[in-house]
Amino acid sequence: MAVKEKKTFKWDSQVPTGPLAEKWSSHKNNIKLVNPNNKRKFNVIVVGTGLAGASAAASLAELGYNVKAFCIQDSARRAHSIAAQGGINAAKNYQNDGDSVYRLFYDTIKGGDYRSREANVYRLAEVSNNIIDQCVAQGVPFAREYGGALANRSFGGAQLSRTFYARGQTGQQLLLGAYSALMKEVHSGKVEMFAREEMLDLVVVDGRARGIITRNLVSGEIKRHAADAVLLCTGGYGNVFYLSTNAKNSNATAAWRCYKRGAIFGNPSFTQIHPTCIPVSGEYQSKLTLMSESLRNDGRVWVPKAVGDKRHPNDIPEDERDYYLERIYPSFGNLVPRDVASRNAKNVCDEGRGVGESGLAVYLDFRDAIKRDGENTIREKYGNLFDMYEKITGENPYEVPMRIFPAVHYTMGGLWVDYNLMSNVPGLFVLGEANFSDHGANRLGASALMQGLADGYFVIPYTLGHYIASNNFEKVDENHQAFKDTEHESVSRIDKLLKIKGKKTILDFHRQLGKIMWDKVGMARNEKGLKEAIKEIQELRAEFWENVFVPGEQSTYNKYLEYANRVADFMELGELMARDALERNESCGGHFREESQTPEGEAKRDDENFCHVAAWEFKGDDKAPELHIEQLEFENVKLTQRSYK
Amino acid sequence: MSTHENMTLHLKIWRQNGPDSKGHFEDHTMDEVNPHMSFLEMLDLLNERLMQNGKQPIEFDHDCREGICGSCNLVINGIPHGPEMRTAACQLHMRKFNDGETVTIEPWRAKAFPIIKDLVVDRDAFDRIQAAGGFVSTRTGSMVDANAIPISKEAADKSMDYAVCIGCGACVAACPNSSASLFTGAKIAQFAKLPQGAPERKRRVVAMVEQMEKEGFGDCSNYAECEAVCPVGISISAIAEMRKEYVKALF
Repeated sequence: MAVKEKKTFKWDSQVPTGPLAEKWSSHKNNIKLVNPNNKRKFNVIVVGTGLAGASAAASLAELGYNVKAFCIQDSARRAHSIAAQGGINAAKNYQNDGDSVYRLFYDTIKGGDYRSREANVYRLAEVSNNIIDQCVAQGVPFAREYGGALANRSFGGAQLSRTFYARGQTGQQLLLGAYSALMKEVHSGKVEMFAREEMLDLVVVDGRARGIITRNLVSGEIKRHAADAVLLCTGGYGNVFYLSTNAKNSNATAAWRCYKRGAIFGNPSFTQIHPTCIPVSGEYQSKLTLMSESLRNDGRVWVPKAVGDKRHPNDIPEDERDYYLERIYPSFGNLVPRDVASRNAKNVCDEGRGVGESGLAVYLDFRDAIKRDGENTIREKYGNLFDMYEKITGENPYEVPMRIFPAVHYTMGGLWVDYNLMSNVPGLFVLGEANFSDHGANRLGASALMQGLADGYFVIPYTLGHYIASNNFEKVDENHQAFKDTEHESVSRIDKLLKIKGKKTILDFHRQLGKIMWDKVGMARNEKGLKEAIKEIQELRAEFWENVFVPGEQSTYNKYLEYANRVADFMELGELMARDALERNESCGGHFREESQTPEGEAKRDDENFCHVAAWEFKGDDKAPELHIEQLEFENVKLTQRSYK
Repeated sequence: MSTHENMTLHLKIWRQNGPDSKGHFEDHTMDEVNPHMSFLEMLDLLNERLMQNGKQPIEFDHDCREGICGSCNLVINGIPHGPEMRTAACQLHMRKFNDGETVTIEPWRAKAFPIIKDLVVDRDAFDRIQAAGGFVSTRTGSMVDANAIPISKEAADKSMDYAVCIGCGACVAACPNSSASLFTGAKIAQFAKLPQGAPERKRRVVAMVEQMEKEGFGDCSNYAECEAVCPVGISISAIAEMRKEYVKALF
């Protein structure tokens, strides 16, 4: 373990001074503005069209900037935000149950196990209400009560009903809202949309982000795009684990390329393992499907009390069932935060009380809710989720309890950003899941949608203007030497991949990487395992570059070439995640170090030594990355060991 | 319907190098197909086997594999998204097939959806229909409180019934006229049910319908094939709503 150095952090987090509740307003009053007529002189690149990217691109175009938006899917509407099910938080207090901006802030900070910046999180809570207003104005059909007011439900880690939802398709509806705003600007000519076009690298000129290199995924054409600022809205890196709830094409390449161009990476080991996913059914499995956390409002989680009880769940009498979350955490019960629910599921399975063929599952039972509210009420609330479950498993959850197990879902870590959402590379902004900013070591349910839209609709329109107004921009065009050099590197890498012509498929490598990550950098981590993981990943990577088979050619539609390029980056990022997990010898949120637990097996934080952001700087392919420490200062909340009991 | 035993399937898969090249069916026999696999996992496995023999994999579009992104576009045994009702191809599982069965796999076929490669098609036309008017022109920041305009639960639910469209294009693939009326109608109907959609309702319906025609989609003649294959169960009442809106817009 490296000795902790009390060096000052090299970069400024730009957190405004003044009382917490006034920071964002005073910041907005003090930052510089760009004259409406001048905005049209500036070009902005937005990579990714999920909630963060689509909302940012639309909002910036409305302000007058020239926006180029990129997505790897065939349409901007297909970004993976679309798959978010349960809801979006806001501090509206429409339920009159005592909610406030402060409470949403506090729950988010606490839920993140005190590993995020107070100021950022407070701002997130503050703008949450604007998001709901904005989405309703766009025609997002949120669930309503009979009287016409918006409906709410509860989510894990909160004792209030503050989650707004549109059946089990909240992400879809919010994304389609942002997408429609984006398409409106495509129609008006302020956004130029590039679908099926993947960012391969960042172009840095005189220390500033000035453009990107892309590959058109239909023609294979490599293109240069220059701009005055680059916004990365490319989502998380859960697919490092191979099996995750992410879409198959979700990847880390854009963010990883930025890291290799100098952007530091914050808390890469902070991964969220979601407790309610459909368990793995076999080797052939290509992805895992989430069952929304909202199900925990009415479903009760249990396993048999006895080890190895193989009876049909409906034959197990009440007194032989262990509703372990309700037993261990009486005040939050089934609504404990995700990390706590996941770890407990692992624990009961480790004890041999897991259910299903593999023994790697627990029950989520709606029997009592159906008895209490009737099948129709449950169908109305969760019908599409129940249908999805039945399609995948062939079992009817109205009659038999669901089987669920934790799966990789979200990455709290990401590129480091300051309060303005700018990375340490000037001109490179990072929004949404791609940044490390707001969720600390664990994200609460219904907060990802909130953050993506907060960043895109209500933060970047201000802070980008400040960057542009504070700097002089020399004209840089696509013929600049930096564009030529960066493009050359991208082309060489693709050539290299295609020339290997090895014996092993890309999928084989990805699956192997995933297994290392899940076993050793997954729900429980220890020093020995992490060291092994680093070594194994390095060996696997070396083998990849010698023995992978990448079919086809560069100049056509070639999905496996795209895939190879992404897996190559996952294998580097996986190592960084293991390094970060090794360095952080404490348990916090989703990061559980076996060496750091209470006698009852709960996560034990070490605020003395680890109340910080670990930010990693790339130093070269053959050198270890350098760790930088940004201390987290808590002026408004008192750090306590989280307790949901 | 198979539940446990691994199966053997005879696949007839459409291969086509590019939009202008001639396509053909290619035969593959797949053994060791686990009934719990999804249809796309079966194709993954086929591609793995092809590549292990140094052959070119089959290109197909896919992403979320949860039936929500709308990427997948396979016509399976002549039916867009395959034999299971209200199920996108990615959510279809092999337990719905029988051992020894022959399965044909084709892309969407419509003039407005040119083939890019193998089973991958170009659906940009849908984006252009959306861009023509599928939005409420509200600027970020210029909105009232979300509860300022009450909307009845019935109206919100009805709007949501149409809003769940995943934009996959199965409706077009199933329609003998290759009409995009269900897709277009669903967006128009979503906004028509809400007060937020009212100020632009006339220009919206006219612009979207005109764009739909411009893209080369056919007219609707009430076959209702679209409704039958829609993976999220959008009702053809969406088309009636669209027509109603269109007629209203003319006066």
